[in-house]
Amino acid sequence: MGVILTITRLTFYEASRRKILFAAVGLGLLFLIIYGTGFHYLISDLERGIGFTNQVQLNEIRNFLLTAGMFVIHFLASIMTVLISADTLSGEISTGTIQTIATKPVRRWEILTGKWLGFAIMLTAYLLLMAGGVMLIVYFRTGYTAPHPLRALELMWLNLLLLLSISLLGGTTFSTLTNGVIILGLYGIAFIGGWIEQIGSFISDISTNQIAFNIGVVTSLVMPSEALWRRAIHELQSPLVAALGFSPFASTYYPSIAMIIYAAGYTIAAFLFAIFLFNRRDL
Amino acid sequence: MGSAPAIQTVNLSKQYGDKLAVKDLSLSVERGEVFGFLGPNGAGKTTSVKMLLNLIAPTSGEGRLFGVPLDDVNIRSKIGFLPEHFRFHGWLRANEFLLVHADLFGIPRDVSKARIQELLDLVGLSEHANKKLNAFSKGMLQRIGLAQSILNNPELVILDEPTSGLDPVGRRLVRDIIKDLSQRGTTIFLNSHFLSEVEVTCNRVAFIKQGEIVNISSLDNLFEGMLRVELKADKLNSEIISGLSQWCTELQVVDGHLTFQIIGESKLPVITRYLVENNVEVYSLQPQQLSLEDLFIQIVGGEGEL
Repeated sequence: MGVILTITRLTFYEASRRKILFAAVGLGLLFLIIYGTGFHYLISDLERGIGFTNQVQLNEIRNFLLTAGMFVIHFLASIMTVLISADTLSGEISTGTIQTIATKPVRRWEILTGKWLGFAIMLTAYLLLMAGGVMLIVYFRTGYTAPHPLRALELMWLNLLLLLSISLLGGTTFSTLTNGVIILGLYGIAFIGGWIEQIGSFISDISTNQIAFNIGVVTSLVMPSEALWRRAIHELQSPLVAALGFSPFASTYYPSIAMIIYAAGYTIAAFLFAIFLFNRRDL
Repeated sequence: MGSAPAIQTVNLSKQYGDKLAVKDLSLSVERGEVFGFLGPNGAGKTTSVKMLLNLIAPTSGEGRLFGVPLDDVNIRSKIGFLPEHFRFHGWLRANEFLLVHADLFGIPRDVSKARIQELLDLVGLSEHANKKLNAFSKGMLQRIGLAQSILNNPELVILDEPTSGLDPVGRRLVRDIIKDLSQRGTTIFLNSHFLSEVEVTCNRVAFIKQGEIVNISSLDNLFEGMLRVELKADKLNSEIISGLSQWCTELQVVDGHLTFQIIGESKLPVITRYLVENNVEVYSLQPQQLSLEDLFIQIVGGEGEL
């Protein structure tokens, strides 16, 4: 255990000393400031225009803005996950830094676990800070909270852990650049697949509808990140908004619980596969 | 563990595709030995070392460290290693770096703090203790790497080209550290290109060429009575030179002098008489001790750079 925690500590140092963490946090805080300011002025305008009697409409707008804020956080946190972790194994293997670590009385899986844990802790803190920030801004300004904020957060969190596990898996085999490209590629596939499915749901022709749906399912199986986000939006939406409003974030189709369980299993499997590959890797 | 040798390998081999990087490496290094591993670049020295340390899995064969299989994790708490192209996390300060590695060894903090100070003094880096490693020169990095390799008071230290980035002062430091470790009974396995240093520090030497060991000898035996002789003379002809080969080996003409090797001083008067009887005008006949470099080139061959 001690050895794992030493690697975890080393991972913290790595991220903080390499400044990328500060860049990510700085950007996030900057976003919160911009979001908070923008939200305030927008809401003030709308409150004047619509008036406080029409709570339903006001809440629709508040919900939309909250979800939009969460979307940016989701995006920022996902990118940050890939950026801070893509290099951790690949870089150490290619420079040979790993050689004095792996030759200590340390098992390979302990090295991977230490790294995973270090990044997981940092990402969790980042998500709480940022997503919490968005939700608090909305709450303090308007008193509004989304229906199931905690569930949405959990799903966003699972998405980050998924990306982290895939990043470490890639790191056992590929160079930093290749690793980054692969993950972003997978992310893109999931994203496009999600939109195809979404657009397909608005097409009345059943067969096209079905094909679009299947494409969406396949891309979600290849890379569940988009599915997790769609489910998170669903948790954030009030039933009324989903039923009445059309927003870019309203999802008529949302992934089932089975897909969420699959995503969790995928995350674990990716990590275990990373251990398997790293054990066999010539360093 | 008892009296198992520090290192023992039987037909350890590593194949990459159709290239055999290391072939049937079989050697035995006893506890307390200083063992040198010599060979040109690409001969398989680093690959061999990586197999010993479980960085690379052998394709076939087996090895043991102190009687324990190579993939055992715990034995590595008794081993120190300095890689050839070492790299460390540049953003760590020198003392932090040693602390992390001490933690990885499982050394308790109260012990490691003192040990780190002791080592920084030993390698002459105490005044740079708080400097980040990415501000270190190559020589300084090599010294901190050496400190890292003996943090845990290992029973076996494996050094891959430990002096390659050092100035003469640094090289002397490494030699002294090796000597000190050896006196305390530490086994040392040394890959080196610096033949003059291997000569001075090692008890036994293995020569490796294209993945195979071609010679293992103790340094005393290596030169047993062997002398290299330089002859400056006139009126030599090819007949006389081939006549010399009944006593000598490695006859060569270098810069107008004839050089050859003999075993035993006693041959010198016989050779002189032979030359004089054949009307050769001998200006000088100088015997010298063979250097490891001469032997290296003979055994391993001139191909491949040093």
